[in-house]
Amino acid sequence: MITEKVTILNETGLHARPASVFVNTAAKFKSDLTIQKDGKKVNAKSILSVLGLGISKGTELTISAEGPDEEEAVSKLVQLIKQGINE
Amino acid sequence: MIYNGIAGSEGIAAGRAYIYNNEQIESNEGIISSGAAEAELCKLDEGIRKSKAQIEELKKKVLSELDESKAMIFDAHMMMLEDPEFLETVRESIRADNVNAAYAVRKAADFYISIFGQIEDGYMRERAADIKDVSSRLIRNITGAPSDGLKKIDSPVIIVAHDLTPSDTASMNRNIVLGFATDIGGGTSHAAIMAKGLGIPAVLGLGDISKKVKDGDYIIIDGTEGKVIINPDAGLKEEYKLKINEYKKQREKFEGSAFLPAVTTDGRKLEIAGNIGTPEDIESVIARGGDGVGLFRTEFLYMDRDSLPTEEEQFEEYRKAAAAFEGKPVIIRTLDIGGDKKLRYLELPEEMNPFLGWRAIRICLERKDIFKTQLRAILRASKYGNIMIMFPMISGIGELRAAKEVLEDAKSELKRENIEFNEDIKVGIMVEIPSAAITADTIAKEADFFSIGTNDLCQYSLAVDRMNPKVSKLFQPLHPGILKLIKHVIDASHRHGIFTGMCGGMAGSGEAAIILLGLGLDEYSMSAASIPVIKSIIRNVSYEKAKEIASHALELETPEEVLEYSRSIMKQLNIEYI
Repeated sequence: MITEKVTILNETGLHARPASVFVNTAAKFKSDLTIQKDGKKVNAKSILSVLGLGISKGTELTISAEGPDEEEAVSKLVQLIKQGINE
Repeated sequence: MIYNGIAGSEGIAAGRAYIYNNEQIESNEGIISSGAAEAELCKLDEGIRKSKAQIEELKKKVLSELDESKAMIFDAHMMMLEDPEFLETVRESIRADNVNAAYAVRKAADFYISIFGQIEDGYMRERAADIKDVSSRLIRNITGAPSDGLKKIDSPVIIVAHDLTPSDTASMNRNIVLGFATDIGGGTSHAAIMAKGLGIPAVLGLGDISKKVKDGDYIIIDGTEGKVIINPDAGLKEEYKLKINEYKKQREKFEGSAFLPAVTTDGRKLEIAGNIGTPEDIESVIARGGDGVGLFRTEFLYMDRDSLPTEEEQFEEYRKAAAAFEGKPVIIRTLDIGGDKKLRYLELPEEMNPFLGWRAIRICLERKDIFKTQLRAILRASKYGNIMIMFPMISGIGELRAAKEVLEDAKSELKRENIEFNEDIKVGIMVEIPSAAITADTIAKEADFFSIGTNDLCQYSLAVDRMNPKVSKLFQPLHPGILKLIKHVIDASHRHGIFTGMCGGMAGSGEAAIILLGLGLDEYSMSAASIPVIKSIIRNVSYEKAKEIASHALELETPEEVLEYSRSIMKQLNIEYI
């Protein structure tokens, strides 16, 4: 299992369009993907769960992956967040 | 009977009412036998497949009839139908709790609706509505209940409903649905936005109109005034028939071309922008092809409340407007209270002549705390679009300098706090006091633009109180004195390489448009409804011809002569206007 911490940089957080972009990216990987905020862990491929976390700018998240493409998945999602999710 | 609601989308329609009942279908707690789970899981999959196909179709329809921004909502619906957590919850519930598919969907949907509903945020509330919309569709497809009821309507009607979901409005046939009236919803609700996009009238927030109207009642809805009339008498019916015809004719002519740029036949491009006074106006200006905002009245932020708006509240509204116009100019006018506009929480002295009294920039330069909060909010929003700042009621260069000093102050504060903003933000003034117009050459050296506020400029120059019926007919923007003043301001601005716009009522007047073009006006800003008309006028004349017309108008001696001349020119050039 691969785990990495990352801080949300874009203005809207994981909300609205950035949330869709994030979830759609996560859905491309075969591995099980989760994000964790304040001890609450949810499926990163579920838009309803991701939105339900209410992640705003400045939030620190833990991204974890387990599966055949776990390394690539985590690095891609972390990179996406660091780039501000194309916002 | 006449009922008043919220004007959701402009226009008038009359016809038979169609009561549309889209209340949630009850999915009773169908306990199933333990062996039936497989069959229910199959029903679920089949329901999902059907729902996806329907959503795909709706999305295509909206893409072809409206635009991408309005079709995006169906991408969200699609994602929900593919959400692994949501689907797993439903499947788990069918397998473990022995309930049927429809009930399991309802239960899972209610769970997310309650989570999202608790979050105090407009976006999340809309998503809660989406979950409701998409889960109802799924349940209908699972149970075989009739769906997309609005699609089946085949004769022209006015839809009356408690509320309308995105799926409802998207499936409407715009050639058959004349308009709609709902119990709930407001000017920025999804239903209002869709109605504006479809170009059909809508009145929302009527309370319980869906209970008062019966299927087949003759009703009139006036989406401009926000009125609904049920079973009007013959006289009223006739009156509205005429109104509707007139309105249709005008609109078809102009709105069809609203998104074409305002370029004269010889290639001069004008900016035709909108005036906004509430967040709702943003959408109307965009829908009518506005090239930005020439006047953002910020008073709404201060009115109808008990305390001053915070920097954060203001920032949010300015940011929204800037972002909505995607880089097109948004000119924000700083607070213009006093005169006829009062605030509950700010004591303004009773004055003999309030319009000549303590108002606008005069208040702001004394109450620098209020002023600076607003300037900080505007500056912070400036990195989200193309915002410009405009000071109202400037009588001479001194006030502009004083206002800019406060602005510099706000800028250095933000810099110290490491908050980003556009350091080169353009700063202009509203030219509405005759002394500012006359000293335009001086002011132009230190301003980035002018915007002529013709309502006050006329009031002050012609010494006419528009509200006083005894003298209101003397309020004549086409007065030669006003035209000369306007020309003086425009010429001064061009000598100093800055632009002049106009944001008063005159900018939206068809009779003044060509003269103003000929005087060299660079930007017109008006209420959204006038934008398509003024754009169309500009496209039908050359700048060279307009200059000739303007210079002839300047030689005329009375306002009546100018008006008559303008009308004859419009006729001669065969230019139509409202």
